[in-house]
This record gives sequence, C-alpha cells and structure tokens, in this order.
Amino acid sequence: MNEIFALVEHRQGIIRDITYELLSCGRKLAEKGNTKLTAVILGHNTDNFVQILKGQAHRLLVVDNEVYEDFNSEVYQTALTEIIKRQNPVLTLISHSAFGVDLCPALAAQLGMPFTTDCLDVELAEQKLKVTRQIYDGKLNAKVLLRENAGYMITLRSGCFPAGESSLDGVVEKIDTPVSAQPDYRKFIEYIEAAVGEVDITKSDVLVSVGRGVKEKAYLSIIEDFAETIGGVVGCSRPVVDAGWLPKDRQIGSSGKTVKPKLYIALGISGAFQHIIGMKGADTIIAVNKDPNAPIFSEADYGIVDDLFKVVPVLKTKILEMKQAKG
Amino acid sequence: MDIIVCIKRVAQTAEADVKIDSSGKDIVKDRLTFDMNESDTYALEEAILLKEKFGGTLTAVSLGTVQAEDTLRIALAKGADSAIRIKAEDFEGLDGYKTAQLLKAAIKDLKFDVVFTGCIATDDYYSQVGVTLAELLGVPHATLVTKIDIQDTKAQVHRELEGGLIEHLDMTLPALFTIQTGINEPRYASLIAIRRAAKKEIKVIGASEIEPTGIQANASLEELFTPPAGKRAEILSGSMDEISAKVAGIIKEKGLI
Repeated sequence: MNEIFALVEHRQGIIRDITYELLSCGRKLAEKGNTKLTAVILGHNTDNFVQILKGQAHRLLVVDNEVYEDFNSEVYQTALTEIIKRQNPVLTLISHSAFGVDLCPALAAQLGMPFTTDCLDVELAEQKLKVTRQIYDGKLNAKVLLRENAGYMITLRSGCFPAGESSLDGVVEKIDTPVSAQPDYRKFIEYIEAAVGEVDITKSDVLVSVGRGVKEKAYLSIIEDFAETIGGVVGCSRPVVDAGWLPKDRQIGSSGKTVKPKLYIALGISGAFQHIIGMKGADTIIAVNKDPNAPIFSEADYGIVDDLFKVVPVLKTKILEMKQAKG
Repeated sequence: MDIIVCIKRVAQTAEADVKIDSSGKDIVKDRLTFDMNESDTYALEEAILLKEKFGGTLTAVSLGTVQAEDTLRIALAKGADSAIRIKAEDFEGLDGYKTAQLLKAAIKDLKFDVVFTGCIATDDYYSQVGVTLAELLGVPHATLVTKIDIQDTKAQVHRELEGGLIEHLDMTLPALFTIQTGINEPRYASLIAIRRAAKKEIKVIGASEIEPTGIQANASLEELFTPPAGKRAEILSGSMDEISAKVAGIIKEKGLI
C-alpha cells in the first residue's frame, strides 16, 4: 500500500493540537496497512516544526516558503495538488477545522479523488476506505464507503484519535515550493483577535450555560438570576449568540471559548460536538434537556430529562434553602 | 450584481428524537418538521442584503423533492427573483460531491458575481458542497464567512476560525462564500409576500436537462447506527423536588455552596 499523508496544521507559528491526532490516526492506519506515514509540512521557518514532529512520522515532507506562513487554501491547494500528484499517497488526512473545510473539498475535487469530511473513524483495507461520520445534529452515526480509488482524502474530527506517544525517527525531506506568491483573487491580510468582553467566562468556577432550549431572549433573566444564586456566570452555545441574545465572548465551543470550570450546568443544550470541545474539561457537568437522547448526556456526569424552565426555579429554591441553612 | 444562493430543505433534528427506519439507511421522518437549513437562512439573507445594496438579480437553487419548492417559495417571498429546483428524485446516491456537480450543472449558464451557500447542512453535516461547487465553477471561495464588504469587484471577507479568531481575506469576484450562522439577522417573509410567491413559477430541471455522464458520488451509505454511548450521565429521577435536592447536594459536595 502507498504511503499515508497527514497535513500539519499550524497557526501563528504554533502546531495545532489536531495535527497530533491526524498523525496518531495515520500511524495506526500505516501500521495496519504495512505502510508508512508522512507528515506534510507547508510552512515558513519550519525547523522548529521538524524538531517537534520528527518522532511522530516515518517521513517529514517539508516545503518551506513564507507564502505558507499563514493559511491560504488557494496556495495550499496549488502546492498540494502538485505534491500529491507526484507522490500518490493512498490517503491524505486533513483536520476538520476552519483550515481543513476550506481546503479538502476543493483540493480533492481538483485531483479527481474521492473524499469525505468530518470523519470519526477510518478503516482502510485492500484499497477500500470506510469511514464513520456523524449526521443529523450528531444524533446518528453513518458508516460510509468511498468510491474505490488509488487515492483518498478525508478530514478528521478532533477528539477522535487521541494524540499518542511515538518514537519514530522521521526522515526529513525538503522539496522546492511549487508556489511562491498568493494569488490576487484571494490574499490573506491579517488575523483579528476576538474582542474582550466584560466578563471572562474562562475564569469562573461555576458556569451556567444555555442553548437553543432557552427559547426567548426575555427568559435569559431567569438564567442570570439562577447563575447569581449559585455564584456563577452565564455562558452559552452558538445558537444563543447567533440570535443576538448574548455576546460572542459568552460562547463556549470550538469557535468560542474553552472553559474548565469546577461546575458546568448545561441548560437546553443538545451537545453538538462543537460545543462539547469547549466544555468537556469541566470537573462536574450537570445537563438538563428535554430529549433523553441528546448527545450532551454522553458528556455529562448527571442528567435531568425535563424542561429547563421547570427545573431551574425549584433548583434555585433548594440552593437558597441550603445556603440559609448553612448561614 | 448577480447573485445565486443554494439552499436546502432539511429535517429539523436539533431538538428532535431521531430514529432509524426499517431500511437501516434512513430516518423515520413522519414526526419531524422540515425547514430551510439553518446556515442557508443566513446565506439567503446575505444574498438579499447584497441585492438590496447593489441591485441585480437573485436566483435561489435547491436540490430536493417537490417539497423543496416550499423552501424555494420562502426564498422568493423574502426577496429572490427566481428559483430553480433540481429534481432529487431523478438522481440516486446523493452525497456532497454529487450534489455539488448537480448544482454546477444547474447554474453554469447563469451569470453571477457571487454564489452563497450555508457553511454546513445540519442533516448530513458535510461542509463540502460549497467548496466543491466553487472548485467545479472555477471561482475562488471562502468558508465560514462572518462578514463581507464588497466594493466593485473586490470583497473584504472575514472567516471564523477556532477560538473566536477572525481571518481577514482580500478577494476578487466572482467568488463563492459559505456563510456561517450569526452573520446577519434573517428576516421573516410577510404574509403578503408568501401569498405572492405562491403564484411564482419555479423552474424544475431533472435528468432530461442534466446530462448524467461523469456525475458520480464519492461516498455511499452502508449503514446508520446509534452512536455508542460513551460515558453516560447518571440520570436523576424522582419528583422535581427530589431531583433538585440531589443536584443541590452534588453542588454542595463540591464545596460550591
């Protein structure tokens, strides 16, 4: 079997965590398929990346040019089309991130290569590729067979292949860059940091987090009042920010904040993986949701299957009683 | 400014109980509601705002069964000038790649400056149709777009990255943008507009208009299954009073009261 490629993802000079997960997945598949794993590094001043990743792959393919310093899918697509055509990997692994979703479909389509996105598991045997994906808001899994081909490309969801220890001694191979300038039609200009809000939700020991289930902006006062009672602050999942009910700096999840409070109370949050990524590090998670099959219950320690507006007032009273008893 | 927006009618599953049907390859749909895919509603709004600013035409396209025409009529009621439905019933094994190829076949002869799609469909969760379509049309793209500022043929574009970081791009039209939720406030269609849209003609194209040669899917579904329950939460039972007492006890135990 031909080699497996894993594309190294970096931003602002730092290798992103998902890279180690791609490499871990790649090593596993390479071992099973009796082949090798190549880490593909497109970057600038890559010596540091090479040092860090040397133990993680059998080979490191390095293309060093300032054009790769910041991600630009057009630049990456042109370069990778050349490289993949020349090297014919059986499978190219890319992260299912803002970077990967911008790149993979266009790159694979240009190469005429079967691809799919957001994979949780991968089986590669006898040149056949089967993946597991999640559909319908994460409520079902689908096993999918790709059209048989000499080469495949997929994006991997983060958190599915834990980064592992590896003591390989990767051979470093530097190649000339196929691209040296950004195209006029798509130029990276800058990164803009998120605005700092009035409350830093990452600093609070207790977070009361609301999702779609809060229904109306007007009901947020009930949640704020409850959070105050238990000495916490209010965070939320994406739909609440999209609706304009809470500012972006309260959003917890992949495109918002990552929080690790002592207590996380999720109210009316179904638990899309983008949200889970941001809160799974909490010590204790209590979830309230009407749907007994909501994915949040697979992450929570304690669950209450009910309407959050029935739970919150009673719970608030209990906590107040307990406080008074203590006081 | 000529604009195309691709929209999809999907089962609303975020707060619904989703069950696998007897075929093992589809879901039980009779108790689900269907509506325009969430990020597509933002893509449509962005398209309407652009048309209001610059004038021109707005065409809404959807690959779906006849019910998708309801979704297209919502787009017409909100501000689209014309609508095209690609007959999903004419094509089998629709994955993201095949969908993109059919969309391309439907719009390739239309004049456009901008194509909008949503950034993800909540049913198949691909995030691949928009980018594939851009590649097939031969135009640049940007995904997860949270802001677009167009002047002449240049667009200043913001993309949403992880951790709330924004990427600012300078792009040239024509281009395709996949729109992230929250970019705008999607409007509601007025009753009068909905009534008017009910009378508008929707162009329907299918296998007799789209040459199927070379259009193939990348992926085929083998089976659906319920995700394995990892760590399961301890579900608290009893009266609301008992449940609340338990929760308060847990919080106290953690030293947080």
